[in-house]
Amino acid sequence: MIKKGEWVLIRKTILEPHERAPQVPDDTKKVPLIMWVKGRLQADAQIGDIVEIITQTGRVEQGALLEANPTYRHSFGEFIPELLVIGDQVREILFGGDAK
Amino acid sequence: MSLANDYASVMARKGEIMKKSVGIDYGEFESGSIAFDYKKMMQETSYTLEEMQKIQLDAHVGNTPIIELRNLTALARKCAKPGFGARIFIKDEAANPSGSFKARRAANAVYHAKKLGFKGVLTATSGNYGAAVASQAAMAGLKCIVVQECYDSKGVGQPEIIEKARKCEALGAEVVQLSVGPELFYKFLLLLEETGYFNASLYTPFGIAGVETLGYETSIQFREKYGKDPDAIICTNAGGGNLTGTARGLEKAGATSTVIGASVNLSGLHMASDTQFNKKSFTTGHTGFGIPFSTWPDRSDVPRSAARPLRYMDRYVTVTQGCVFYITETLASLEGLEKGPAGNTSLAAAFSIAQEMPDDRFLLVQETEYTGAGKHIQPQLSFARENGIKLFFGDPKDEIPGENLVLPSHPSLIKATDVDLNRLRKSLIKAALNSVSAPPTPEDIRFLAEETRTDESFVRAAIEELEA
Repeated sequence: MIKKGEWVLIRKTILEPHERAPQVPDDTKKVPLIMWVKGRLQADAQIGDIVEIITQTGRVEQGALLEANPTYRHSFGEFIPELLVIGDQVREILFGGDAK
Repeated sequence: MSLANDYASVMARKGEIMKKSVGIDYGEFESGSIAFDYKKMMQETSYTLEEMQKIQLDAHVGNTPIIELRNLTALARKCAKPGFGARIFIKDEAANPSGSFKARRAANAVYHAKKLGFKGVLTATSGNYGAAVASQAAMAGLKCIVVQECYDSKGVGQPEIIEKARKCEALGAEVVQLSVGPELFYKFLLLLEETGYFNASLYTPFGIAGVETLGYETSIQFREKYGKDPDAIICTNAGGGNLTGTARGLEKAGATSTVIGASVNLSGLHMASDTQFNKKSFTTGHTGFGIPFSTWPDRSDVPRSAARPLRYMDRYVTVTQGCVFYITETLASLEGLEKGPAGNTSLAAAFSIAQEMPDDRFLLVQETEYTGAGKHIQPQLSFARENGIKLFFGDPKDEIPGENLVLPSHPSLIKATDVDLNRLRKSLIKAALNSVSAPPTPEDIRFLAEETRTDESFVRAAIEELEA
């Protein structure tokens, strides 16, 4: 149970596939236009419930409840060893072998 | 009575919503055919250079340092023939409050919104402009909504855009994120109607004029320190505002530097494709925006875009994604400067173009952007690998956007590739002719000559070619 007043993320379909703009490419036309937005939950609810939230600017939005206290999970990704090669290469070209 | 909110009904209300949310009646500048009065629009709806400098100074924007990249210049000279290799400089726009030159555009837009009495500002952008508007709105005490195209339909997001969302939220903005598609504009219009906020578009006269300080300031800084203007300036080109504003500022300073646009080559990838969205490693500064916005600027979110790059561009080049990543790593390794990759698009081009110029010339890259989780070569390359993009060392000529990323096996392989400007000019003329039903008037011909930085005989010849 997620309590009223908690900071949450919701998901809502804005346009169904058949409502999409005429100019969109075929692969995009097959899928809906989806919106994600965060705000304060207006009543106790479970994940997946259709809920109402008040956003940061005070707007009311409705959608399926996805997550409470939505977390930023972007990172620096997996290590890319090729980047070491570039650094070594340009130092070698400019300063010679001992400059690493 | 409530208004109909289906796609076609909302798009039909576009003109009315825009007029209310931008505070400009674009009709005043229209001729009724192709031509419109660009100069009058920029003069009557914008601020003077002095006013903008004051607005930006009050908002802690501008006066960013110019840094000479001595080691990168030395590396370029190792790849150039004797006597060649211009001195490369960057203007460190990452030093602005929100971490990019976009703070200049946002400072003006938010100042204007506040002056007109709006309670909030709304902007549609997946780029650095979102954080710039959020930052300026925070300072001005205005509410702010940023609408982003962020995820594919499976909910997988571009790491760079997710980071920009975090930054907007950190600065107090509401972020509305959407899956791929041009109907972002539809949701944007609905939000403008719902909130009554100011449309802090990237393409209004105040937004573009905000960048004029960058060009002007660059010229003054160079004259003070080196006694002359840079010989050439490279601007990363997407929507065209960066290049347009910078060139206008240079003009106001009386500088005659060559203005070069640079974009990452993403040819072959469709920008509105749900399945191709996460196959690219650059979400801005690329040809997917740069080419269409050059050849038809009025595709933007205002009726008449103030960003009209073909009016100001002397040359336009592309570079590959792999070359920009390589140069970003090189900037860190040789200059001790870690910056966001997208802002280094023009730096990759500069590395190549410097080699065409004698070693006593000055070449300026006029921006840098902040870097961090998501918005950095490491996560962007990692994301590419996760999406099946092959990453290897080789000749950048072999790069196919959406399939592979070729890191140059030697810096001498970094090459800026020229875009045929006459082809773009003809494409603009074609789009203009298609936008009206009547044949072009003499005024239209003059206008198109200005739009394409050519002359009336070029325009007439292009029209004849199209008719043939």
